[in-house]
Amino acid sequence: MGLFDRLKKGLTKTRQNFVGRLDEVFKGRKIDDSTIDEFEEILITSDIGMDATMEIIDGLREEVGAGRIKDYEGVKRYLKQEMLRILGLPQPFVLYQERPFVVLTLGVNGVGKTTTIGKLASRLYSEGHSVILAASDTFRAAAIEQLEIWAERSGAQIVKHQSGSDPAAVAFDAVEAAKARGVDVVIVDTAGRLHTKMPLMEELKKIKRVINKAMPGAPHETLLVVDATTGQNALRQAKMFNDAIGVTGIALTKLDGTAKGGIVFAIKKELNIPVRLIGVGEGIDDLRDFIPGEFVDALLGNEGE
Amino acid sequence: MFDSLSDRLEGIFNKLRSRGYLKEEDVDVALREIRLALLEADVNFRVVKDFVNRIKEKAIGQEILKSLTPGQQVVKIVHDELVHLLGDRNEKIQLAPNPPTIIMMVGLHGSGKTTTSAKLANLFKKQGRRPMLVAADLQRPAAIDQLETLGRQIDVPVYLKRETKDPVRVAEGAVKQAVLDARDIIILDTAGRLHVDDTLMEELSSIKSAINPQEILFVADAMTGQDAVNIAKTFNERIGITGIILTKMDGDARGGAALSIRSVTGRPIKFIGVGEKIEMIEPFYPDRVASRILGMGDVLTFIEKAQESVTLEEAEKLQKKIMEESFTLEDLRDQLKHIRSMGPIDNLLSMIPGLGKQIKNVQIDEREFIKIEAIINSMTPRERRNPQILNGSRKRRIAMGSGTTVTDVNKVLKQYKEMKRMLKMFKGKKGKGGKRFKGLPRFMPF
Repeated sequence: MGLFDRLKKGLTKTRQNFVGRLDEVFKGRKIDDSTIDEFEEILITSDIGMDATMEIIDGLREEVGAGRIKDYEGVKRYLKQEMLRILGLPQPFVLYQERPFVVLTLGVNGVGKTTTIGKLASRLYSEGHSVILAASDTFRAAAIEQLEIWAERSGAQIVKHQSGSDPAAVAFDAVEAAKARGVDVVIVDTAGRLHTKMPLMEELKKIKRVINKAMPGAPHETLLVVDATTGQNALRQAKMFNDAIGVTGIALTKLDGTAKGGIVFAIKKELNIPVRLIGVGEGIDDLRDFIPGEFVDALLGNEGE
Repeated sequence: MFDSLSDRLEGIFNKLRSRGYLKEEDVDVALREIRLALLEADVNFRVVKDFVNRIKEKAIGQEILKSLTPGQQVVKIVHDELVHLLGDRNEKIQLAPNPPTIIMMVGLHGSGKTTTSAKLANLFKKQGRRPMLVAADLQRPAAIDQLETLGRQIDVPVYLKRETKDPVRVAEGAVKQAVLDARDIIILDTAGRLHVDDTLMEELSSIKSAINPQEILFVADAMTGQDAVNIAKTFNERIGITGIILTKMDGDARGGAALSIRSVTGRPIKFIGVGEKIEMIEPFYPDRVASRILGMGDVLTFIEKAQESVTLEEAEKLQKKIMEESFTLEDLRDQLKHIRSMGPIDNLLSMIPGLGKQIKNVQIDEREFIKIEAIINSMTPRERRNPQILNGSRKRRIAMGSGTTVTDVNKVLKQYKEMKRMLKMFKGKKGKGGKRFKGLPRFMPF
C-alpha cells in the first residue's frame, strides 16, 4: 500500500462522514441561506473552529452573492482552495545539521506521547539514524517500562533513571550519552500534564533549560503532541504550552477513526504553529509527515476519481 | 473547570441584567450567544440546538416577560435546563445483590481508564470494601505494569496473567479468583480502543457476555470535541454502557463533552476525575456542575471538603462568627490551617462563587499561607483581636518576629479586611429559607 493510500485509508471515516454530509446538503439543492447554514453546521461539527468556519462561510456567501459560485462543484472547489490556503505550505519533521538532534515532546495526559515517540524512533532508525530515548516521564506508573518496550521494538537505545527521579536529570544524561556515543537523535519523553498546572509547566521549562545546558541550541524541535479527538481545548493547550515553553511543531495523533480532522485547521489558523506529523493508525508506520495537499485530498476525496 | 463557558454566559447575563426589562429580541441575542458559547465549549451541535430550543420555548413565555426580574429568570431557566440535561441527580455505582460486583471500564485510548480504575478501587477500599483490580488491557505496552504499580500504591490486589493474550480468559479467571479471595468488587481495566474498530469492539462484547458485569463505565476525556457524541453513542450501542466517568476535569475551558455524552446516551455521569493523584475523583453532581458552568461556583463541594477537615462544632462556631461579624485574625489563622489540610488551594478557591473567574490565571503559592500564619503567630492575642491598634512600631516588631517585612504585615491586614468584607456578603445571602449559598443569589441584582 502506497503512502498516500495509507493516509487515505486512515482518513476513510473522516472522509465518508465529511463528504457524505456535504453530498446530503448540496446534492440536488440550490445554494441558499438554508444550505449554507447546514454547511456551517458541518464545518463546526468537524472541530474546524469558529474562526475558520466563519471565515469560510463569509467568503462563500460573498462568492455566491457575486454569482461566482452557483453549484455544489463550485462549493467543493471553493472549500478545497480555502482549506489549502489556511493550511499553507508543508512543514514536515526534518533533522537539521546538529548532532545530536534533540527532540523534546510534551502534551497533556493520554494524547499518545510515548506511542508517538516509539513510532518516530522507529522511522528515524529505519532511515539509518541512531536514536536515544530519554525516559523523562518519571511520574506515571510504568511509563518507563512502556518506553523500554518501544525502544526494543524500534531499535533505539534508552536512558532511564528510577521512577520518581528528576526528569530534567534524565534528559541531561541522555543528551550527554548521545554526545559521548555519537548518536544522531535524542527524543525526550515527558510526563503528560495539563497546561493549566503551573508547577508542572515550570518543570517543563526546567527540562528545557537543562537540555540547553547539556547542548547549547537544543532542543532543536519542541513537539507538542495533540489528540485529534480533542475539541477546541486543543487550541488552549497549544497556546499555553507555546507561551510557556515555545512549541516549534505539533504531532496530531489518533486522526484515524475519529470522524474529525478539523482541529488541524483551527490550530494552523489561530496559532500558526506547523503541524509536522499526524498519526493515522496503530501500526508502527502510521506516523506520517503532514502534507496539506495530501491531507485535503484525503479528506475531500480526489476529484475525478 | 468550564471557565470559558461560564465567562461567556456571565458576559451575556451581565448584558441582560443591565436593563430592567427584557424584550423578545434580547432573548434572541442571549440565545445566539449561548449557542455560540456552548459550541465553542465543544457541546455537540445537535445537543446545542435542542437545548437552545427548549430554553427559547420557556424564555419567551409570558411568565418571563411579565416577570420583574427577567434577567434572573433567564439564568434560572438556563440553569435548570442544564441541570436537567446533566441528569438531575447524582447516581451511585450499582452494587450486585450477590457479590462480587463486576465493573468494567471501557473507552478510547488515553481517556484515563487505568488511572480511573485505581482511583475507584481506592474509593471502595476507603469505604471498607474489598476491591480487586484486573489487568485486561493486553494491548498497550506496560499497561499491566502500570496497573500493578498503582495497585501496590493503594494496597489493592491486581489480578494479572502475563502469558495470555486473551482478555476474555483473564476476565473469567479474575472472577473465579475474586470469589476465592472474598473480594466483593472487581474492577476490570480494558484496553483503549477506537469506536470504529470492529474487531476490538467485538472483543468487548465477548468479555461482557463472559462475565456479565453490573456496571460498564464509559471513561471519557472531558476535553473531547464534537466527536464525543459519536464515540459515546457507538460504545453505548455496541456494548451497552451503564454510566460515564469524565476524566481530566481539572483542566480549563471545556465541559461540552459532559453535556453531549450525557444527552446522547441517556446514561448518568457518575464520577469526575479532577487531578492526577489517586484520591482526586469526585461524585458527579449535576446541579453543582451546572452552577459551575454558570459561574456560580460550587459551594456545596467546597462545604463538603471543609466538613472533611473541620468538625461540625467548629463549623458552627465559624458560622456564628460570620453572622456576628466577629471574625478575628485568630480565626483567619485557624481557617488557613484547615484550608491547607484540605488539598490544593487553587482547586478550593475555584469552587467559591465569583472567585472562579478572578483567580483563573493566578497561581497560589502555598508558602504564602505559611507566611501569613507566621505573621499572625507573631502578634499578641490583643493585636489579633483588635488589629486596628497595630501601629508602625508594632508592625515592625511583628515583621521581625515572623521573619517578614512590614509590607508583608500590611498585606496580611489588607487581606483580612477584604475577607471580612466578603464574609459580610455571604452573610447577606444566607437569609432566605435556609437555602444558604445555593441557588442564584449572585444573579439577583435587580
